[in-house]
Amino acid sequence: MKPAPFRYADPRSVPEALEVLAAEEGAKVLAGGQSLLPLLSMRLAAPATLVDLNRVPGLDTVEVNGDGVRVGALVRHAGLLAHEGAARVQPLLARATANVAHPAIRNRGTTVGSIAHADPAGEMTSVLALTGGSVTVAALSGEREVDWQDLFVGPLETSLLGAAVVTAAFFPALPPRSGTAFAEVARRKGDYAVCGAGVVVTLDEDRRVATVRASYISVGLTPEVHDLTDAVAGSPVEKADWAAAGALARTLVEPDGDLHASADYRRLLVGVLTERTLAEAAEEAAGEFE
Amino acid sequence: MSVPVDTERTVHLTVNGVPREATVPVRRLLSDALRHDLGLTGTHVGCEHGVCGACTVLVDGEPVRSCLVLAVQVDGAAVTTVEGLARDDGRGGQVLHPVQEAFRECHALQCGFCTPGFLMTIAAGLEARDAAEEISEEEVDDLVGGNLCRCTGYANIKKAVRHAAASMAVPAGTVAGPPAVPAESAADGGPR
Repeated sequence: MKPAPFRYADPRSVPEALEVLAAEEGAKVLAGGQSLLPLLSMRLAAPATLVDLNRVPGLDTVEVNGDGVRVGALVRHAGLLAHEGAARVQPLLARATANVAHPAIRNRGTTVGSIAHADPAGEMTSVLALTGGSVTVAALSGEREVDWQDLFVGPLETSLLGAAVVTAAFFPALPPRSGTAFAEVARRKGDYAVCGAGVVVTLDEDRRVATVRASYISVGLTPEVHDLTDAVAGSPVEKADWAAAGALARTLVEPDGDLHASADYRRLLVGVLTERTLAEAAEEAAGEFE
Repeated sequence: MSVPVDTERTVHLTVNGVPREATVPVRRLLSDALRHDLGLTGTHVGCEHGVCGACTVLVDGEPVRSCLVLAVQVDGAAVTTVEGLARDDGRGGQVLHPVQEAFRECHALQCGFCTPGFLMTIAAGLEARDAAEEISEEEVDDLVGGNLCRCTGYANIKKAVRHAAASMAVPAGTVAGPPAVPAESAADGGPR
């Protein structure tokens, strides 16, 4: 189908965008459009006005420093995937972005847009949570930083109300002596994941497991971070029982069943992907000592 | 209000090297603007929600799904459709793009509905990579993974990707024609 009729504005600055968002009832922000346009064409959404950010200068930058990576609202998935500096400071970014749909979608879709879209099947919502990130929100009252815990309310729902534009997302740097991994099971490569897992393993100075955290894709209604440290705390990295961590993860998640997978199958995948990604992340963390 | 909020706009595009303009409702998808407003029906519309890849075109050189972009969003951009893939041969005719040639050679299409999307995606993907390096199976899968074909079973499409990649590795101006279909494609049953 075609989108229902709407009005369209393409402001040249964030204040202009906020002005239109405040003046037009039922207005919605458009960035990459790779999630929004399907919703419009399937008539699952029919906003009265679209406020297109694509002609706002300055939103397409990736800033990298020792603290982390700040990704502007118009940075495309493909741009973040190819950004070597970002991958060095927070390797989960490139690892997760590589799993976002297909190249033609990644050329257009934005990382920040997919976070604002708040789809529990989205990779970047989960990575924002796992890294303990936040988003920068511009509103008429000024700019504020919103932590990931305060952002996600439900599937496709954030806590942002009224005229607001997410102008950037901040992903903190990977701590020292840490490794990461990201993996998905999908019916076809690039499809929405039936289940996905991102993990961070951090070791202490004696190469023993200090912390283990995981976040899942297409599991639960909003992104969550699960602490799996108890299953393997204090183990020398080579001897850690990652299967035990996988078993613990299975008791913590509450997946739903749908057409593609039952809840039980998703729970099984959580265990398998957790064990597999943790072993990979641990090897990377151990490599930090060499 | 200083920012215009419109229901209709005139869009200026360079399509296949030719400046074009169209006055469209702002909800017009790029796929429909190309087909209905500009008469370029080579771009096919399959699912119209970004899943099938049939409507893939190049916007400023990069493949995008034209059903997931509004025409007003590409005002001022250069768009290449399947009609713009072949090159002038300098004698009043056209030469097929190596990917088009490979599709013909390897019988990589049956009904042809998905073909324009495959051609644009693969052409852009092969042009972006180092042609001298042999293409891996994983690269081939990545290149075609975002496009759906209901007829071919993909074997001959993947064969065409390898064939096109090999022929693009031959430097322009060499006398030798495109190389034979790569040997490993015999496993797919060969061209029918």
